[in-house]
Amino acid sequence: MSTTELDAALSQAYEAGFVTDIETETLPPGLDEQVIEYISAKKNEPEFLRQWRLDAFRRWQTMKEPHWAHVRYEPIDYQGLIYYAAPKRRSETEIDPKLLETYEKLGVPVHERAALAGVAVDAVFDSVSVLTTFKDKLSEAGVIFCPISEAVQKYPELVQKYLGSVVPPGDNFFAALNSAVFSDGSFVYIPKGVRCPLELSTYFRINTARTGQFERTLIIADEGSYVSYLEGCTAPMRDEHQLHAAVVELIALEGAEIRYSTVQNWYPGDEEGRGGVYNFVTKRGLCAGRGAKISWTQVETGSAITWKYPSVILKGDDSVGEFYSVALTRGRQQADTGTKMIHLGRNTRSTIVSKGIAAGHSQNAYRGLVRINPGASGARNYTQCDSLLIGPHCGAHTFPYIESRNPRAIVEHEASTSRVSEEQLFYCRQRGIDPERAVALIVGGFCKDVFQKLPLEFAVEAGKLLEVSLEGSVG
Amino acid sequence: MMLTIRNLTVAVEGRRILDGLDLDIAAGEVHALMGPNGAGKSTLANVLAGREGYEVLEGKALLDDQDLLTMEPEARAQAGLFLSFQHPVEIPGVSNLQFLRTALDCLRKARGEAPLDSAALLRAAREAAQVLGLPADFLKRGVNEGFSGGEKKRNEILQMLLLEPRFVILDEPDSGLDVDALKLVAAGVNRLRRPDRAFLIITHYPRILEYVRPDRVHVLHGGRIARSGAAELAHQIEAGGYAAVLEGSVA
Ligand SMILES: Nc1ncnc2c1ncn2[C@@H]1O[C@H](COP(=O)(O)OP(=O)(O)OP(=O)(O)O)[C@@H](O)[C@H]1O
Ligand SMILES: [Mg+2]
Repeated sequence: MSTTELDAALSQAYEAGFVTDIETETLPPGLDEQVIEYISAKKNEPEFLRQWRLDAFRRWQTMKEPHWAHVRYEPIDYQGLIYYAAPKRRSETEIDPKLLETYEKLGVPVHERAALAGVAVDAVFDSVSVLTTFKDKLSEAGVIFCPISEAVQKYPELVQKYLGSVVPPGDNFFAALNSAVFSDGSFVYIPKGVRCPLELSTYFRINTARTGQFERTLIIADEGSYVSYLEGCTAPMRDEHQLHAAVVELIALEGAEIRYSTVQNWYPGDEEGRGGVYNFVTKRGLCAGRGAKISWTQVETGSAITWKYPSVILKGDDSVGEFYSVALTRGRQQADTGTKMIHLGRNTRSTIVSKGIAAGHSQNAYRGLVRINPGASGARNYTQCDSLLIGPHCGAHTFPYIESRNPRAIVEHEASTSRVSEEQLFYCRQRGIDPERAVALIVGGFCKDVFQKLPLEFAVEAGKLLEVSLEGSVG
Repeated sequence: MMLTIRNLTVAVEGRRILDGLDLDIAAGEVHALMGPNGAGKSTLANVLAGREGYEVLEGKALLDDQDLLTMEPEARAQAGLFLSFQHPVEIPGVSNLQFLRTALDCLRKARGEAPLDSAALLRAAREAAQVLGLPADFLKRGVNEGFSGGEKKRNEILQMLLLEPRFVILDEPDSGLDVDALKLVAAGVNRLRRPDRAFLIITHYPRILEYVRPDRVHVLHGGRIARSGAAELAHQIEAGGYAAVLEGSVA
């Protein structure tokens, strides 16, 4: 198959690109202390949080946007963005049917009787959470799963204790911005010894034009508990870029396990690189106690630019960190993604499996840091980084950083780069398989190790998403 | 005629490999194609299947009355053409079963049929694996991933059995096989022999032709069929080399 045919096979319509026509309450574009005061007042926040936001904002004003990643983009006009947009509520209890419709169209199970009965959903639309399902069933188990704005009201002591404890407000430029203006997101608390009875998931949707989305997710797994959490993301097709700067903090106490999966399908922009979401996200987990485990799994197919490094701080002895990633870029997409595994405790273990797929004119980079501190005796890391190239105009890059300060730690790194070969495609086509399906099949095989780590329902979804992302018309 | 090739002239990187080749194969027949290394046997197979990189300068190839050379590779497969590759490629991470299901879905869709249900496919695949002496977990392994040479060849036959093509080209299905595997491969081919199906077997050895009796044997030389004969021709080649059988031919 020729390059042009391949390109055609890879260019496809973005299925989540529609706009919901709904009345919203928005602030005018621009960012100053008044905007922060407005957001904080709007949410009726306690004083500690108001002050926390203002401190973060002052920090942010002294910081510079980072430019070390292997991505290129036009300067962002932070004063041209809208920092708060919320669909107008028709009443205290009723949800606008247009919102329900939106999520249904996107295949998100917002009805409790939905087929995915094992999944509780928190749906975030622009700056606010619009509904959360299965709250009753969860609270029976003692699990808290609610919008973070609600948690601030109901569980202020938990929020104050943990918010910013893993990603401090001054951590980086985008984290500081998020800390100043974050509007909503999900909050999860799993009590001691509880195995969360449902998969938890948050579904993020940017709708309003020129709106930045700054959600904040905080998950705390108390001693010996377990939770599996999934987030999904989409946005309409728009000609201008949209900024998404989220912060996710995970805290796993002694013996607790958190599995965090992401299926990220923000609008990637068109073939020429017009529009698309800038996805600048800080995600970090802390294995605070002995034997804690945090596992990040991500399938990244969307966004014009992805800049994210879900990381784990392995503080507790015998704690475990995992990162399984599939990042697919096509068209003019750019991704610079990877992880950091910071080994502090003894006998801590981490595993990194990264699968980067680049097609079209896209650029796909893995950037990962494995740091073993002097005290981390017996620490082990295994890293496997594979890149798959489709066509001649894309690029794959690997930037592994290893800092081992303990001679008794074991760090292994394997990397490979391969191409979808003409031979493989011809072999599939000779068996009657059309080129798009052939490419999807080959790419799916390449990603198998990561898909196996997703919760079953979502593994199927991710496979389909990949197939849709690769589908198109072939001449 | 099932397959009709007329005056097929093909160049690779500017060099003529096939030069005015004619060949007819009727439904129900098995033909063998022999010829020295580099004669162009695999080139013929690849051109018929639609592989890129070959320049067809002249001639045509019809499967029934469909003009093969104008069709996409998958359309040729959907028309019933199957090529068992001389060197099957690996597709890591894609299980044999998943590959078979995808291929069958595509072939059935092209024929306007509903997808085969998973249980029926699994049953058929297990049975075919057994016929070919392949272990049960074989279906779960990645397509040709880490397979031995002989396993790869048997896997091609396994696919052939399940996809049930109408016209089959086997490019050296026997090379690298031990005698037991050879018998299993031959048995697989014989299982599919039917009055409305035809085979072209490319080989260097008469041995496989002991198990799958050909109706005709052809020798490719100088870019065309330089000599044709009955099954005995394979033995003459084995005994005296190509020089003996090609003496006085037009090459
Ligand atoms: N892609 C290619 N690029 C360059 N030369 C090629 C290519 N494909 C085939 N050839 C050349 O064409 C000629 C015929 O090759 P082909 O593979 O068809 O021979 P064959 O009869 O199948 O040989 P063997 O019995 O060794 O399999 C050889 O000289 C080969 O080097
Ligand atoms: Mg050959």
